[in-house]
Amino acid sequence: MEELANLLHGFGVALSWHNLGFMLVGLTLGVLIGVLPGLGGANGVAILLPLTFSMNPTSAIIMLSCIYWGALFGGAITSILFNIPGEPWSVATTFDGYPMAQQGKAAQALTAAFTSSFVGALFAVLLITFLAPLLARFALKFGPAEFFAVQLLTFCSFVGMSREPPAKVIAAMMIGFALTAVGMDGVTGQLRMTYGFPQLLKGFDFLIAVIGLFGIGEILLTMEEGLAFKGKSARINFKVVLQTWGELARYWKTFLRSTVIGCWMGITPGGATPASFMSYGVARRMAKDPLSFGKGAIQGVIAPETAAHAAGTSALLPMLTLGIPGSPTAAVLLGGLLIWGLQPGPMLFVEQKDFVWGLIASMYIANVAGLVVVLTTVPWWAAILRIPFAVIAPVIIVICAIGAYTVHSSMFDVVMMLVFGVVGYLCKKLQYPLAPLVLALVLGDMAEASFRQSMLLSQGSLAIFWSNSLVASIAGLALLLLVWPVVGALKARLSARANSASIGEPR
Amino acid sequence: MNQPSELPAPNVSARWPELLFAAAQMLLAVLVITDSLRVGIGWADDGPRSGYFPFGIGSILLASSGFIFIRQLVRWHSARIVFAGHGQLKRVIAVLVPLTMYVAFIAIIGIYVASALLIGYFMWRHGSFTWLATALVSIGVPVMFFFVFERWFVVLLPKGPLERMLGF
Repeated sequence: MEELANLLHGFGVALSWHNLGFMLVGLTLGVLIGVLPGLGGANGVAILLPLTFSMNPTSAIIMLSCIYWGALFGGAITSILFNIPGEPWSVATTFDGYPMAQQGKAAQALTAAFTSSFVGALFAVLLITFLAPLLARFALKFGPAEFFAVQLLTFCSFVGMSREPPAKVIAAMMIGFALTAVGMDGVTGQLRMTYGFPQLLKGFDFLIAVIGLFGIGEILLTMEEGLAFKGKSARINFKVVLQTWGELARYWKTFLRSTVIGCWMGITPGGATPASFMSYGVARRMAKDPLSFGKGAIQGVIAPETAAHAAGTSALLPMLTLGIPGSPTAAVLLGGLLIWGLQPGPMLFVEQKDFVWGLIASMYIANVAGLVVVLTTVPWWAAILRIPFAVIAPVIIVICAIGAYTVHSSMFDVVMMLVFGVVGYLCKKLQYPLAPLVLALVLGDMAEASFRQSMLLSQGSLAIFWSNSLVASIAGLALLLLVWPVVGALKARLSARANSASIGEPR
Repeated sequence: MNQPSELPAPNVSARWPELLFAAAQMLLAVLVITDSLRVGIGWADDGPRSGYFPFGIGSILLASSGFIFIRQLVRWHSARIVFAGHGQLKRVIAVLVPLTMYVAFIAIIGIYVASALLIGYFMWRHGSFTWLATALVSIGVPVMFFFVFERWFVVLLPKGPLERMLGF
């Protein structure tokens, strides 16, 4: 078992005192980010990324990924106690978590949520440990055409699996690609789409876009609702934890199903949010008493939390092995790797063993540490939300502005953050998905490079994408996912005609 | 936070926002395509020219946003999708205006003083705090950030006349 030896070595890297310190700092910041509306995993990591430029990459990614785990844990706290999802992926947790808190079972709900998160993450990390090296070894054979096909698959699966209208998914994605193309062309050195503005020479940084789209956009959305926090207080004692754990063991099937859904949605770029909804839906359909859902069923907390954390964790699998992130936060982490001078992809497993296995080992440690941290510190986090929003909102805006400025020490970036914020708000209101936009911003340059390289190899013929069975099957799958909405629409239309009683209400 | 129980205000339809947002994307697509044509979308001696890939992106963007634009026109009268309530929009603008002024102020008077003003404004406008509390929080938070960033992380943020006067 080469993996186990590598993993043990990784534990040696991750268990150094200063890495453990960074882990705790990251987890604490992450829970804080998860608790505060407007600061999410993706833009929290984006804001803190510039501060890690000078750190050694292993410690930096351990800290940043811990922010991500912390945010995944933290989102549950506000959902259950305040009925406010701190993160999009904990929306489904509010359905049953908040009713449980209203019935005075807040401690049980929180314990269930944290434990589910932990279980989901643990399985996803196990999956990464044993699958990632295999996938990386396999991907070593990839040429530019295969890489472009995998990237195509990523983007096509957005079109096929999003709940938003396909035209809008494609448009959002293309905006992202168009923005990355701005600035100097890395191959020919030619300037593109700068239209004479010197500020555009460097192009648009995805960090600014993430801070604007997710941070400022989210603040605008939150303000729209006119906030009034009315929360339940909670204190978790050890007895309740043990009792709840005893109860949870009965729901092992729910755990298993949700983990599978989560891992699948994380590896394909569905991300944590759709995973949590899907898992909730499946749990309700499979439950013996579906009517109890929405009124405080503990399975209604277990299912979305397990899936969200499993998806959030397994999103790192394609990021590390193929250089393709499975979620917006993973995309930001990937951007970080590039900034630290590490090229994500299969070579990472060959050249940067310390880094990869240190990161994977830190996932085990961080999730155990995270579980302990959140279980013991819940009352404090709940107290933070008692600070009025009139104070929190401007402070979050200030943090976003500082984060945007520090990326390149440029005032222009702060202005762009504001523009992206308004765009983010419009996108949310008009049902344009943000994840493909961000992913395209991060992957744009890589996708363009691999496409051009493949074209060079084939002298401009697209036939290279079905020149061997591997690339043909990936590209074929991508195209299948791309036309999936059309197939779905046709099916719906046919069945509607069969029923011949449908009232045509276009959505 | 401000009057949640106001009368049910009329809603703003999503018609115009949808149409204009699609139009903005079409404009972006046209910008991308024009510039790609300028740098060349064809093939040079050493491979595809710089406009090769962006031209494709621009074309797909034009197609998808054009589709959204036309579909919106076609169902102009049938679709009744709400963009936001009037009250909601008012609250969003109540954030957006100070936010824009904040960004403008950062460039003039530095991020610390601008942040103090922003926090102070929010606490005065959206909360019910005493003057003392407002002053303490709105000055205390930027001062804390000053020490965290300028001293601890040695990240220099934009400063204005006040900081210069104090000798930073």
